[in-house]
Amino acid sequence: MFVLYPLKVGDYFTVLAGLISVVWLAMALWSGATADKAIIRSGGKIFREVSLLENAEISVPGPLGSSIISIQNHQARITSDPSPRQYCVRQGWLKNAGEIAICLPNQVSIELTGGPKKYDSLNY
Amino acid sequence: MTALTTKFGGDGGRGAGDGKPPASILLSASAEDHHIARMAAVALGLTVLEAAIPSPLPGVKPGLANIVVLIVLARYGWRAAAWVSLLRVVAGSLLMGSFLAPGFFLSLVGALLSLLVLAASRHLPQRWFGCVTHSILAAFAHIAGQMLVVYLWLIPHSGIAYLLPIFAAAALVFGTINGIIAARFIASNADCPPIT
Repeated sequence: MFVLYPLKVGDYFTVLAGLISVVWLAMALWSGATADKAIIRSGGKIFREVSLLENAEISVPGPLGSSIISIQNHQARITSDPSPRQYCVRQGWLKNAGEIAICLPNQVSIELTGGPKKYDSLNY
Repeated sequence: MTALTTKFGGDGGRGAGDGKPPASILLSASAEDHHIARMAAVALGLTVLEAAIPSPLPGVKPGLANIVVLIVLARYGWRAAAWVSLLRVVAGSLLMGSFLAPGFFLSLVGALLSLLVLAASRHLPQRWFGCVTHSILAAFAHIAGQMLVVYLWLIPHSGIAYLLPIFAAAALVFGTINGIIAARFIASNADCPPIT
């Protein structure tokens, strides 16, 4: 007789536990933790760490000239940059922790970080 | 289990003292070796088949070969399952041309962690926990091992955490489906040796 294999009681429990952990993972990792700090790097070294709480304009020197970084309303962006293709400028405002804009030709980057580092949840 | 038994001709071997090299090396395979080789071949076939299935995201794969590992685990025990799983990883990478490439280490670590979890989960009470539980737990262990390698070695950036829920969801879905398929196979072959 053809019967669909019945899952055992514990199997349903495992499926349920799996579902809960997937939902929990999605909520914990996709909530987009708001950033509270920006790390500005120049030439691979940390140039400055600035809080996002205060608005600021920061000029960062690089091999091609200086990049201007603006901080407003808990967001940060690269306002101007001497790089030829302007990728980092066009990226616009960064607001979530972990977001990063890199001006490769001018060796300037800005990375947002927030409270608890996200990868803590990866420490198995 | 002895996978390979070496027999030296004459009284050869280093300790014999006559200085002669062994006359011949004979590799004899036991019945269990044949079983394992057959099952590993089936797993390899599924691996190659699966490589033809397009995937929306690199790393999201059904893992059909794990059905074979689950069946071997139920029928012949953990050691045989470990042999089949690791043989599949090594021979599969040779077939796909990815031996010692990053993808090879990803599947190797995933397989090793899955086997470790299976070694623990098979001690769960069988009345309540079946193949599906083993499959889901192994799938989660697999993806955990892979993400660990990716994070520690390939992409040491916290950004990969964004992909974790997708991989976990895929592990749950495919783990459940594979587990049901394996359970169907095991249930439909009642004349097989009982689960050890």
